[in-house]
Amino acid sequence: MNINIFFLLEQLLNGVQFGVMLFLISAGLTLVFGIMNLINLAHGVLYMLGAYICASVIQASGSFLVGVAAAIVGSLAAGIVIELVTFRPLYRRTHLDQVLVTFGLTLFFNELVRIIWGPTALYAAVPAALSGQIDILPGAPYPTYRLVIIGTGILAAVFLYALVSYTRIGMLIRAGASNRVMVEALGVNIKLLYTFIFGLGAALAALAGALAGPILAIESGMGNGMLILALVVIVIGGIGSIRGAFIASILVGTVDTLGRTMLRPLFATFLSQATADQAGPAIASMLIYLLMAFILFFRPQGLFPPRIR
Amino acid sequence: MLLVVDSLVKRFGGLVATDNVTLAVPAGQIHAIIGPNGAGKTTLLSQLAGELRSDAGTIHFDGEDITALPAHIRAARGLARSFQINSVFKDFTALENVALAIQVHEGHCFRFWGQVAKDAALQSAALGFLAQVNLEERANIIAANLAYGERRALEVAIALASRPKLLLLDEPTSGMGANESAEIVTLLAKLKRTLTILLIEHDMNAVFALADRITVLVYGRTVAAGSPEEIRANTDVRRAYLGEDEDF
Amino acid sequence: MQSRTVVAAVIFTALALVPSVATALNQSFYIDVGIRILIFAIAALSLDLILGYGGMVSFGHAAFLGIGAYAVGILAYFGVHNGLAQFVAAIVVSTLAALFIGAVSVRTTGVYFIMTTLAFGQMLYFLAVSMSKFGGDDGMNISSTSDFGGWLDLHNPIVLYYTCFCFLLGFAVFSDRLVGSRFGMVLRAIHMNEQRAVAIGVGSFRYKLTAFVISGAMCGVSGALLANQALFVSPAIMHWTRSGEILIMVILGGIGTLFGPIIGAVVYLLLESTLSRITEHWEIILGPFLIIVVLFAHRGMLGWIAERRRAPTK
Ligand SMILES: Nc1ncnc2c1ncn2[C@@H]1O[C@H](COP(=O)(O)OP(=O)(O)OP(=O)(O)O)[C@@H](O)[C@H]1O
Ligand SMILES: [Mg+2]
Repeated sequence: MNINIFFLLEQLLNGVQFGVMLFLISAGLTLVFGIMNLINLAHGVLYMLGAYICASVIQASGSFLVGVAAAIVGSLAAGIVIELVTFRPLYRRTHLDQVLVTFGLTLFFNELVRIIWGPTALYAAVPAALSGQIDILPGAPYPTYRLVIIGTGILAAVFLYALVSYTRIGMLIRAGASNRVMVEALGVNIKLLYTFIFGLGAALAALAGALAGPILAIESGMGNGMLILALVVIVIGGIGSIRGAFIASILVGTVDTLGRTMLRPLFATFLSQATADQAGPAIASMLIYLLMAFILFFRPQGLFPPRIR
Repeated sequence: MLLVVDSLVKRFGGLVATDNVTLAVPAGQIHAIIGPNGAGKTTLLSQLAGELRSDAGTIHFDGEDITALPAHIRAARGLARSFQINSVFKDFTALENVALAIQVHEGHCFRFWGQVAKDAALQSAALGFLAQVNLEERANIIAANLAYGERRALEVAIALASRPKLLLLDEPTSGMGANESAEIVTLLAKLKRTLTILLIEHDMNAVFALADRITVLVYGRTVAAGSPEEIRANTDVRRAYLGEDEDF
Repeated sequence: MQSRTVVAAVIFTALALVPSVATALNQSFYIDVGIRILIFAIAALSLDLILGYGGMVSFGHAAFLGIGAYAVGILAYFGVHNGLAQFVAAIVVSTLAALFIGAVSVRTTGVYFIMTTLAFGQMLYFLAVSMSKFGGDDGMNISSTSDFGGWLDLHNPIVLYYTCFCFLLGFAVFSDRLVGSRFGMVLRAIHMNEQRAVAIGVGSFRYKLTAFVISGAMCGVSGALLANQALFVSPAIMHWTRSGEILIMVILGGIGTLFGPIIGAVVYLLLESTLSRITEHWEIILGPFLIIVVLFAHRGMLGWIAERRRAPTK
């Protein structure tokens, strides 16, 4: 019985860790969407770039921290260039146009990465100082590195919360999310604000990518799957809401992780083993989409709907 | 009574846009609603049409309680509205705009093969409605390319084309030239015999020429109601709303 | 004659000639490319019907492609090769799926519609991945083409080509009639101005849903045809990037033009097959190409025809 509870706890933490990564990606996506009203399918690219740059720099410098810093700076630069070149003309276009242009960007960058780093996946090592395990409960060890990810994500969430709630920029962001016209009327340099927000999102996505390096395969297209999940997150959370993105990320992360590990044994308790082996993974992989359809059915604008525009 | 509105309320956050409005419109009459800007006239109309949910009160139409019915069902029961801000199908021609309203009224919309453009009966019926608002010569112009006043007239033609029992008109002559607006007033006077109309209008000459009864709204509340003569004589109304008005 | 009719006639004549030309040039490879083009043209046409005329940006349309293909594949797996049974199954299942997906998603608008259709597409994708009996992630081979009892041998590429051609022609004619019909007028009216449509008595839900179902069923047929061409089906057919590609074909050709998306499919797939022979990294060219088209020519290639048709007095 003990073993089961430890296993559950471990899976729960894995879920939170996955959720935290999702949050780092979704935060930028939801801000860009909520404030600039732009669907950015290329957001996953910034996550991917973060992972690649981090892995390469670690290899060259031997330092994990330098790698992470380089990833953030590199993706930030790439993000700002993307914003200036392709997004400025896009803000006033339809969502459809935005979907297509950013889809085109995704194709381009996925291929570019394949050309630069080759088609095979890279793997980054967990930094030596973090490679051990820590007892979270007596007799229940958990990888230190994953705890660090959770910690970093929570720090980022607190940082964003403070930024949005207590600073002048934050005030503009909040105002921008609910009333764009008003912010423009205040005489704020809206273009600069947009670039700042986009850069912030890019940096967070890159951080997620850099952190993901040691636990996932780094390969072209790795951002696609995460992007879709992040889109699910922001739709569930309510577009433009940081708080919503955080709660939805944790929700999606844990539901997905627990579904994948627990559903099959759960089904096996009342179905035949063969059926459970089939149905368990099938339902598990659809679980978060079911969750989203379910939530949208009752709250068509997500958990924290945007205020009146 | 064709329309009976009882203690209707609509709140937008703290603002009470419709505050306990009660009114009754008998069949065959024109009932005008006047009031200063922001008085809640359009809000009341949208509640009647079903676009806005009411927070309290009831609406009876043709003897039935329609308070909870969605907008399209109310329209199908014979309640048509025009919009204060032009709201036509801008990529359709004037004729297509009206033909659509007729076709929806007839209720045969799940036909996938026959071409509307070749449906002679539908086209001539639509032309008839356009003629009522003097638009028959502009029938094949895309609505977006019509002049502003013409689009206002099309607004009315679309509403008429659903052959309503009760027509809800939101400032049908606003922004029209003097001639055009006189034509609309003549049309409404003519329609009066066959149709019941709830009319929001800023042009006092038109109101006093057409209305059988007038309700004056200020801040969502009825401050006066009565025949045109009574309203003209009402000192509260003069002070609250009409006092300085040159039209008066 | 209207310019639109001329364009349609040119497109279909050109498409009809492809097999003869390819045979004459001894390039039968182009027949295969042609079949793919016809199949995706059907998918793009079906999407344009709801996107161009109903304003519904479905980002999960490849799901119906997959349903059609899996209907053929799964029946073949169980030894049912009867073509009629397979195609009826493809249509029935995609209709039911569209009815269900539509019932949930059509109520939402704008980006929530995009996201909901995307989510359903992903659900079906993962469902296919998890069906290990039918090959899971790797997909499965289909032992033979749909059997139409000897009078239609889909194994023969030319026969398959003209079968696809006839489906496309039939769907194009049907769609063209539909958009000018009473139903089509209501659908377009809802797209243009839903508030006004409701005010004249239109309950928009059932019209949008009906259009969504028609579109899904059409796309399902293209999936069944695709299974016959590839004799293979895998979850990749339903991946969200596939839905993106179908969208691109529609945009390339011009939204709301019906014949435009056919041209869009031709251009996109020719581009793909040409570029991919030049370099394996062809997407690095395709991506920027797409961006340029959307940013600078977003009315699509047939956009101008629609413009002239809608505003003849200008
Ligand atoms: N959707 C809404 N949300 C919040 N407030 C609203 C909304 N619609 C109207 N209001 C407010 O309700 C009040 C009444 O507005 P309404 O448009 O009904 O006035 P009106 O009498 O039609 O004015 P006008 O003569 O200018 O057309 C106004 O104060 C307006 O700002
Ligand atoms: Mg008004």
